[in-house]
Amino acid sequence: MDKTWNNKAWFMVLPVLVLVAFNAIIPLMTVVNYSVQETFGNNLFFFEGVKWFQEVLNSPRFHSSLLRQFAFTGLILLIEVPLGVAVALAMPRSGPWVAVCLVLMSLPLLIPWNVVGAMWNIFALPDIGLLGYVINAMGISYNFTSQPLSAWFTVVLMDVWHWTSLVVLLAYAGLVSIPDAYYQAAKIDGASRWSVFRFIQLPKMKRVLTIAVLLRFMDSFMVYTEPFVLTGGGPGNATTFLSIDLVKAALGEFNLGIAAAMSIIYFLMTLLVSWLFYTLMTQSEAEG
Amino acid sequence: MTSVKEGLGDKRSDVLMREQTTPPPASNAAGLRSASVMSGRGREARFLWLVPTVYIIFLMLPIYWLLNMSFKTTNEILGGFSLWPRSFTVASYVEILTNPVWYNGYISSISYVFINTAISVSVALPAAYAFSRYRFLGDKHLFFWLLTNRMAPPAVFALPFYQLYSAINLFDTPWAVALAHCLFNIPLAVWILEGFMSGVPKEIDETAFIDGYSWPRFFVKIFMPLIASGIGVTAFFCFMFSWVELLLAKTLTSVAAKPIAAVMTRTASTSGYELGLLAAAGVLTIVPGAIVIWFVRNYIAKGFALGRV
Repeated sequence: MDKTWNNKAWFMVLPVLVLVAFNAIIPLMTVVNYSVQETFGNNLFFFEGVKWFQEVLNSPRFHSSLLRQFAFTGLILLIEVPLGVAVALAMPRSGPWVAVCLVLMSLPLLIPWNVVGAMWNIFALPDIGLLGYVINAMGISYNFTSQPLSAWFTVVLMDVWHWTSLVVLLAYAGLVSIPDAYYQAAKIDGASRWSVFRFIQLPKMKRVLTIAVLLRFMDSFMVYTEPFVLTGGGPGNATTFLSIDLVKAALGEFNLGIAAAMSIIYFLMTLLVSWLFYTLMTQSEAEG
Repeated sequence: MTSVKEGLGDKRSDVLMREQTTPPPASNAAGLRSASVMSGRGREARFLWLVPTVYIIFLMLPIYWLLNMSFKTTNEILGGFSLWPRSFTVASYVEILTNPVWYNGYISSISYVFINTAISVSVALPAAYAFSRYRFLGDKHLFFWLLTNRMAPPAVFALPFYQLYSAINLFDTPWAVALAHCLFNIPLAVWILEGFMSGVPKEIDETAFIDGYSWPRFFVKIFMPLIASGIGVTAFFCFMFSWVELLLAKTLTSVAAKPIAAVMTRTASTSGYELGLLAAAGVLTIVPGAIVIWFVRNYIAKGFALGRV
């Protein structure tokens, strides 16, 4: 659609601008302020330059929580994207079951995140939870509060439970938008199941899948509530992801400088990904 | 179940038909029954329904377990493992619905969610219109900047938000949480609405202006009814993201406006093992989402794709 040039449109976006800026810019300035100063209480602040940034970037604690964060996000993407696409491919295209599937699958997305954590806690307890009980009954020792491996397994499974439906919904929306003529042409050419997927369905899903992958990347990159409620970052530091570590430093230990420097590094990382996301989206929009 | 069987029968006859009509391809009849055969579903099709079924069972198991726990007495929960409640009780639900500490949690959650949804949708409407119809100085940068706020980790904002809202005396009120949630809900609303609005042809605007409509009158009388479903979906998404968020809601409240989610966290940590209560409270937080989702089931993917499927 060709748009008219009209600078008065600024007035229409002004309320949005004011509200979001109030919430985004003032807090961000506060964070920047803390990140370059040292405080000794009594509201006395001293300029410290890049000291906190150096400290954070050189601290093994930051490295390990960043590493855990990337491991978690990587695992999540490797499991959820193929699984979501597979479920979407197997779903019926029409009929009464579509609505039932869509509603049941969306259900986990609407549960408050800490309830998800609490629910999985109850579900995975080794003595009275269904999951924990069954795994232990199979002869595998499992206890997510004391074994790091079990904790990781539970946290990843919980996220798969919580968010795979997002990938399913998006992939499904992409699939139903493919006109029947494409499949008819493929059939005339005698295309195999795999080539139908590879050359018709996958290209048509490209755009929604880009959105799905990036949304999953970013949301899992800032995951906080669910693992925090489930494991509290433990046992030890086994599931202390970046944002859990950040909240610990800021609100738990009141290490303002460190927390602020961490926030900014964290924010810049998400900014980079957002930019990537935006570029990819506008490119695919330009392609049509 | 009958319709599943019918579906399977259908597919079986599709397979037969395909075998009969090959090699001469696409007889008219086979061409019409495109949906199942054409999507490349052959012999494996009759087991295909297993995949979503197993997936949905996997999704329902933890929810079933939560329901199961919520109907048990504390003694039975601690007494050991059982697949269904032996001594069925609704005591946990009665406790939640009669104890003000609990039901006030629900009231404050619902109030900030509604305030937030109202603010987000009403300021996003004109902005989304501007983005979908006009080019103006810095529009692309502004749009990108809005997106970055949807992607900002709430953990980064927890501490500064606490200080900001304390400074303006809104700490521990629903307004603080409602305004704070605008950080990610307004960008989201603008994005979804812009997607829907771009689907409305521009000729409609032009015709209305030629007919002498002023912009506000055109917007309310003609344009908003056209994107009514989009507004509904946007409101739903604002509702949902405000409802599920806890980190900011918990940081910005202490006693008076404590959200239900935070009341639950406290119960879990201080009064030990009141799992029945916790489970019942959890079930009650799922109910509102489960109700509203029915109304937007056909649009939910479009909403998640920020209006761009």
